[in-house]
Amino acid sequence: MKLVPIAALLAAALASPAAYAQKKYDPGATDKVIKIGNTNPYSGPASSYGTIGKAIGAYWKMVNDKGGINGRMIEWVSYDDGYSPPKTVEMVRKLVEQDQVLIVFQTLGTPPNTAIQKYLNTKKVPQSFVATGATKWNDPRNFPWTIGWQPNYQTEGRIYAEHILKNNPKAKIGVLYQNDDYGKDYLKGFRDGLGDKTSMIVKEVSYEVTDPTVDSQIVQLQASGADTFFNITIPKFAAQAIRKAYDTGWKPTHYLNNVSASVGSVLIPAGLDKSVGLISTQYFKDPNDAQWKDDPAIKEFHAFMKKYYPEGNVLDPFNLYAHLVAETLHQVLKQSGNNLTRANVMKQAASLKDYRPEGLLPGIRINTDAADFAPLESEQLTRFDGKVFQRFGPIIGK
Amino acid sequence: MTRRQLIPIAVLLLVACALPLLVSDYRVFQFNLVLVYAIALLGLNLLTGYNGQISLGHGAFYAIGAYCAAILMDKYGVPYWATLPVAGAVCLLAGFLFGLPALRLEGLYLALATFALGVSLPSLLKYHHLEKWTGGVQGIVIAKPEPPAFFSSMGLTINPDQWLYYFTLAVAIVMFLLAWNILRGRIGRAMVAIRDQHIAAEAMGVNTAMVKSLAFGVSAMYTGVAGALGAIAIQYVAPDSFNIFLSIVFLVGIVIGGLASISGAIYGALFIQFVPNIADDISRAAPWAIFGIFLIGFVYLMPMGIAGAVRMGLARMQRKAQNK
Repeated sequence: MKLVPIAALLAAALASPAAYAQKKYDPGATDKVIKIGNTNPYSGPASSYGTIGKAIGAYWKMVNDKGGINGRMIEWVSYDDGYSPPKTVEMVRKLVEQDQVLIVFQTLGTPPNTAIQKYLNTKKVPQSFVATGATKWNDPRNFPWTIGWQPNYQTEGRIYAEHILKNNPKAKIGVLYQNDDYGKDYLKGFRDGLGDKTSMIVKEVSYEVTDPTVDSQIVQLQASGADTFFNITIPKFAAQAIRKAYDTGWKPTHYLNNVSASVGSVLIPAGLDKSVGLISTQYFKDPNDAQWKDDPAIKEFHAFMKKYYPEGNVLDPFNLYAHLVAETLHQVLKQSGNNLTRANVMKQAASLKDYRPEGLLPGIRINTDAADFAPLESEQLTRFDGKVFQRFGPIIGK
Repeated sequence: MTRRQLIPIAVLLLVACALPLLVSDYRVFQFNLVLVYAIALLGLNLLTGYNGQISLGHGAFYAIGAYCAAILMDKYGVPYWATLPVAGAVCLLAGFLFGLPALRLEGLYLALATFALGVSLPSLLKYHHLEKWTGGVQGIVIAKPEPPAFFSSMGLTINPDQWLYYFTLAVAIVMFLLAWNILRGRIGRAMVAIRDQHIAAEAMGVNTAMVKSLAFGVSAMYTGVAGALGAIAIQYVAPDSFNIFLSIVFLVGIVIGGLASISGAIYGALFIQFVPNIADDISRAAPWAIFGIFLIGFVYLMPMGIAGAVRMGLARMQRKAQNK
């Protein structure tokens, strides 16, 4: 009976690829659908970000119209949390325990994400590509189920510091920052980048997001004798700061954080002539920018907005951001194939190799691995020439 | 208490105890929040319903209680149950002290002063000199309480959500009994007398200023204990959790539940916990418009709040039974 072991070997050899191709599912995934959960501030003080959740929903509608991902339709379950952490906790528990989603995706804001991080990691549900630039999401050792997406604020702060050190080592720097995690993260990166030269910062002033204006802060910075200005503000205050810095005749070398580097929502309100010379960074193409008018990715984005999200503002960079981050998850789910377990989706999210949604600036790629949960880590410096942000210098970062 | 009053309370308690065994953990968590809100609403009802003082800033006391619990647990390793008396005491003092000067103000002016408290507290929590305790805008993450070991040693399986629910339920029962005790006695009568006719009350020898300040303090204490329980249930506190909307929602809760009614706090808590979710299910696009319609509907159909409607309904049934 020599045939028996051979047959057994054969069976084993055949079984292993068969087992590999076998479909594996966790809650939220079947032969027909993949359920994705999300919270967004559709109401409340941060509701201007709500368009991200709507645009992502529109993106899945487009994907479903084209036949879904590996034949499965995407079911998008997105709840309003009003940017209130207790509400986020409640809604995310609903998503996981009642709606039984496969993964949680793009939950927005640092406090809401902090509130749910422990819960999702205990439940082993992916908290994938969160919508915040805080540095702490890249911590696979302690939080293996949480992964960020956008370049973090500290990285960007360092880029400006290095540029200042190289071009004007005698600069006297004034900093305006929002008094919260976002502002402080930028400031920390900036100070780290200056290294032992932090004495170059002659004045730091902060504002609260509830303040009406930042005029008095600008006057203080001007009075400090600073000749270089690092402006860490969200769009509304960025526009005020640019205008005030120009009108008071200060005219420093002005670094503006990427958060507000938008022609449509910041520079036009501030005055384009007052914005000439602003230095910032970008990592994806600005849909307002004339230089991308004929770019295939931007053209496709315009077509998408027209067909699937006509009520959205096509010039709002948040919508392109939503499109890009949804593309990234699309890629991850495609890579996951028929093994739609939470562990595998997380593993695929952490094994993106030189992946490039075309809306990113040329040369910028997404790379992740088991020790690197920061998908985007490079940006390019830009200078505003009165019409568009002109990119200059190399891609900085990895 | 007569037997007729006791029966519904016994039924209610039985339902409350059985609930976690019947529904999913997510629902248990939601009902846990209902209990938390019920305690907070009871506190506000003591002040607004029984004593006639309008507060638009009770979210602030809720936040103080929550931060007390979070800081004690996170920085000093105090067990969760021991944070409640501290949170209550701190809020009692804070409420009493805030009450003293604010009580020179009447009606709408007091409402404005408390509104200022509610509006300013989130920014105070972000204040950078307090940051080493409050964690600034990042807030404080706290660990979830595990059920005590003797449950498993007795062979009972109880998960953290269920345990926390029973713990909150026990606290709620104590707080409700305490409120009932305060209100049926001399102080309770004095509070109502001040609400209805403060000149007459004063003429009767009621120390108006003292009673009003005390009512403010006790009310804040209730809300503070609720805040501490809420923080333990959510496992996270941050300034964004306690915006002015929370204070308004509390006021909505007591009016819908029934002013000057102890049971109203429970109805109100159910309303503020579940109706926004129902509204969100009905219309994703305009949930607050749907919420508004619910609100108007309730106010029109039940002008005395849900508790008032229930009371009237019961009385009508009784009359019918007697006429037969």
